[in-house]
Amino acid sequence: MEFFDLFREDRWPHMFCPGCGIGTVMNCFHRAFSEMNMDQDRTVFVSGIGCSSRVIGYIRADSIHTTHGRALAVATGIKLANPDLNVIVFSGDGDIGAIGGNHFINAARRNVDMSVFCINNYIYGMTGGQASTTTPYKSYSSTTPYGNREYPFDLAELAVVSGANFVARWTVRNVKELTASMMKAMQKKGFSFVEVASPCPTSFGRRNRMADPKQMFEWLKIISVRREKSQAWGLDQLDLNVEGRVSIGEFVERNRPPYGMIA
Amino acid sequence: MKLPPGTHFMQGNEACVEGAISAGARFFAGYPITPSTEIAEGLALRMPEEGGVFLQMEDEIASISAVIGASWAGAKALTATSGPGFSLMQESIGYAAMTETPLVIVDAMRGGPSTGLPTMVGQGDVMQAKYGSHGDYPTIALASCSVQDMFDLTVRAFNLSERYRVPTILLSDAEVGHMRGKFVVPERLEVVERLVRTDKVWHDGFAYDESLVPRMPIFGRGARVHVTGLSHDIAGYPTSDKEVHEELVHRLQDKISIHCEDICSIEVQRPGARRMLIAYGSSNFSAWEVMRAHEDVGLVTLKTIWPFPEELLRRAISGSHEVIMVEMNLGQMFREVERLVCREGSQRLRLFSAVGGEVPTPREIEHFMGAGG
Repeated sequence: MEFFDLFREDRWPHMFCPGCGIGTVMNCFHRAFSEMNMDQDRTVFVSGIGCSSRVIGYIRADSIHTTHGRALAVATGIKLANPDLNVIVFSGDGDIGAIGGNHFINAARRNVDMSVFCINNYIYGMTGGQASTTTPYKSYSSTTPYGNREYPFDLAELAVVSGANFVARWTVRNVKELTASMMKAMQKKGFSFVEVASPCPTSFGRRNRMADPKQMFEWLKIISVRREKSQAWGLDQLDLNVEGRVSIGEFVERNRPPYGMIA
Repeated sequence: MKLPPGTHFMQGNEACVEGAISAGARFFAGYPITPSTEIAEGLALRMPEEGGVFLQMEDEIASISAVIGASWAGAKALTATSGPGFSLMQESIGYAAMTETPLVIVDAMRGGPSTGLPTMVGQGDVMQAKYGSHGDYPTIALASCSVQDMFDLTVRAFNLSERYRVPTILLSDAEVGHMRGKFVVPERLEVVERLVRTDKVWHDGFAYDESLVPRMPIFGRGARVHVTGLSHDIAGYPTSDKEVHEELVHRLQDKISIHCEDICSIEVQRPGARRMLIAYGSSNFSAWEVMRAHEDVGLVTLKTIWPFPEELLRRAISGSHEVIMVEMNLGQMFREVERLVCREGSQRLRLFSAVGGEVPTPREIEHFMGAGG
């Protein structure tokens, strides 16, 4: 599948800032989607509000850009009303970790068959750089001018304990692994969650001495620890998070039967 | 199996469940709240029997969101709630209006504000049913005053919602929802299906004709439509263009106002009576008794609340000297009637307002009427 078979050429150029990680995620998704030969007309894309949620407006398929935080609830309605559809959600740390946090843990618990791709840029980018629930401890943002005094969420861990069937986390540096995990997520029946640590030089980097996208890519390398290593070293995931680091890899693969229609 | 034609005896909320099934609803998502819970419980039993989906969500916001998703996936869908839950749903009601998503919300009104009187009656959500979300947007709201209405108006709410692609609210209340009574299922029930687009619509998914209602491109049928709550052009694409925004906001409003005649309905007893009562929902019970006891008293029962049935009401009260609005709030519909009378009527207009959580007695209404001369 050519790039513009999947994306809406008439919507180009896209709105994302230079150095943004979303383009990389879209590229990886294009590969995963083409590779799997998914039926574009039987796939529905759902998103909430924020930069990451704008992805679906560029995809040439049925797509619904919902209210802030509610993408997973809308996706649940779509999938259960027509179980023949593939449902894919693009979302961000605001939608998933804050305003839609309740829907996130409940969607994972309910295990409705859908794939959720969460582009975590550690900041509210579209509104100009306010702290989110994943902003690292002590980091600067427009609402944490003295440094963030709150501890961040680990979204992937949250998905694991809430009952998702497949959970992975990568950074935009790990394009091959990310593409493979996206494919796994789409194949997997039940709730799949793939978090992508992504750079936002405009809103996050600028306030944290990483205005240059290259610096943010370096940062992603420094903060990410392969899950095998972090486990072998016996690191506590929360402590790791408080240090401003994340583990990357595939977290869980389960085969709990997905929520289905009671016939 | 749908409820067969004939006479049935049920609770108001149960009649609503059967109305929904008869109207073709195949998706319900909701969250428990008094006094609407029996609707969820009833549909938890009935939906699977009809091959439909019952879903208990984590809150009311999730409930209406799931209903929006289900509607775009092609299902007739509803949720049921009461005041606090209705408040939580407001952002998504605006979204449904903006994206022209057909859906039905049953709001069993209870005493407010806030948690208020969970098990007792109120009519304080009337304005919220039209103005609860931000911006200018249309809704349709019907008011049910009997078990028969709970069946009939649930079907009608679906029909209007599907025809005009607009969120439609059935306002019932703690009394109407919980009372038991007879109702009749007619031999022939009108059931409306939304007009669907099946061609590939990549560039004009929201195109409309003189009805101002676009045909709906259901998900999964190759339409490849983009739906957004942002201001959008007829392709469905977001835009900040002032003219496009203006046209959209006007059309959304106009697609309801040009069809007022089809949407609006009131019932009039003793047209031309010297004194005319106006009531809706369970405030109609006692108003009805007062009308029956006094030959010079008429009664207008509002079945449509929004759009405000202005034309019908103007005609209904034109011959009366005095108009008395009876409602269980501080005068929400009263102000609408006042606007109408001030603009073109000469009637003396008064408000009988009861917010105590109980339906006012006929005696109280009579006393009020007497006190005013």
